[in-house]
Amino acid sequence: MIWNETKECMSRDELEALQSARLKKMVSRVYHNVEFYRKKMQALGIEPGDIRGIEDLNKLPFTTKTDLRDNYPFGLFAIPQSEVVRIHASSGTTGKATVVGYSRKDIEIWQECVARALCMAGIDSKDKIQISYGYGMFTGGLGVHYGAENLGATVVPMSVGNTKKQITMMQDFGVTAIACTPSYLLHIAEALEDADAIGNIKLKKAICGAEPWTENMRREIEHKLNITCHDIYGLSEIMGPGVAADCECHNGLHVWEDHFLPEVINPETLEPCAPGETGELVFTTLTKEALPLFRYRTKDLTSITYDKCECGRTLARISRFKGRSDDMLIIRGVNVFPSQVESALLEMGETSPHYQLIVDRVNNLDTLEVLVEVEERFFSDEIRKLEGLTNKIAHTLQQALGIAVKVKLVEPRTIERSEGKAKRVIDKRKLI
Amino acid sequence: MVIKQLSVFIENREGRLEKVTETLAKNEINIVSLSLADTAEYGVLRLIVSDPIKGKQVLKDAEFSAMLTDVIAIKLPHNIGKLQKVLTDIVAADLSVEYMYTLATGENASLIVKTSDTEKAVDTLIHCGYELFPAEDAYKINCED
Repeated sequence: MIWNETKECMSRDELEALQSARLKKMVSRVYHNVEFYRKKMQALGIEPGDIRGIEDLNKLPFTTKTDLRDNYPFGLFAIPQSEVVRIHASSGTTGKATVVGYSRKDIEIWQECVARALCMAGIDSKDKIQISYGYGMFTGGLGVHYGAENLGATVVPMSVGNTKKQITMMQDFGVTAIACTPSYLLHIAEALEDADAIGNIKLKKAICGAEPWTENMRREIEHKLNITCHDIYGLSEIMGPGVAADCECHNGLHVWEDHFLPEVINPETLEPCAPGETGELVFTTLTKEALPLFRYRTKDLTSITYDKCECGRTLARISRFKGRSDDMLIIRGVNVFPSQVESALLEMGETSPHYQLIVDRVNNLDTLEVLVEVEERFFSDEIRKLEGLTNKIAHTLQQALGIAVKVKLVEPRTIERSEGKAKRVIDKRKLI
Repeated sequence: MVIKQLSVFIENREGRLEKVTETLAKNEINIVSLSLADTAEYGVLRLIVSDPIKGKQVLKDAEFSAMLTDVIAIKLPHNIGKLQKVLTDIVAADLSVEYMYTLATGENASLIVKTSDTEKAVDTLIHCGYELFPAEDAYKINCED
């Protein structure tokens, strides 16, 4: 099923003409409304008139997460605050959140993009869709929620957690579709198996994202629950879930190129990669009003193809993600940077103790364990003081990261060091 | 009358406790008494040794977290009710016991106690007529020479 055939199946010529027209308008608007970009463009010696179409895209400066942080919270917004109808935020690298905003039109476009993705996953107005992404500052819950309502489906806004209740709702309401992280869906599937309740549910379709996963995981979910499962990608800086999604061919994720102009670049040289070549995904927003971004570096590694898909869509496809060009971890759908742990631990004293993050997946739920070396200054011969220390670290980290953390005290010098530098992260999750 | 207890942080991993005793033995440090407080993931080994300052240094050199804590060693005859009496006196002085352990060989037992206020505990116990081990004796309890 195709939600918006005019846009999704446009010829490349028509699409490029539309992208060029939108890009020109966007650059001019940004130049006049966002001081940060105006200064950047002036420093590069370019004016809005120099961008005549998408062929001039590489003249524009890149944007990074650091730029968003440096302009915290609203410095990059291009519209007056009175026109901003929603704020979302994701965790930043040093504790400060990355704040994003939406105009009414931005929300409408977001709903459209999510509706296209849901429709591509075979979900329609007759479906009852359980949304088991987190609601709140995270874009996942509300993003899919609005898209599903736009589609006309019946929304069950469950949010995350409380698996038992999730299963009860699923059975009692006859839920036919679900949106959540793939690992959580596997967890639900296993809970259903344990309760011998797979036969009691009417689930037919799922749309999963917000964390890296593999084709094998997709097949496992489909097999366990006897459903079809699709991949949805997004990031709050660009919009939220629904920037790209995969069709029934499962051969890459279609990018809504009429709204988001993708590039794949070599993260070292910043030169464009050829189609099919792996590099860092970069997006320029074409229609965003509140937070338009030039060439935003996602740090996600992928490759792109412009070949027409068998599903009939002409929009470019990005491959399943092959990793990241920075050290960001995605744990239970939440972005975690090791540096956040570092700065939280710094609050414990003048220097941070040696630590290590151990990420694992137990019963399909991500776990984060933080090992902290008990240096002499933290050591006490009273167990209750050591337990107090453990709880304090766990609490500080939970506040900083937004996810539950298990803290384990270890002896000094036990965390592996290579060339004197401690190995900060061990990710035991196997994505096969 | 205050003695130095050597405390070491050890993870619940195979061979860690042995590594502590090995380090002390190699450096000719005698263990007079010890207690091991354990949790699911780690333990705190508390020791009275022949030379606590050297003991701390050699453990530190072996990359353990070690510290010295002030505790007191009370001499107690092996009679029913003696321990109870000590505790009554400690509680009466508004002191609390953080932890304690014993060494019970020979004609007397020695009770190692960490209280909320070491100085006050020493005064109270002496006032109540208990015999406390001076440091130099405590480090050699039950040692032949």
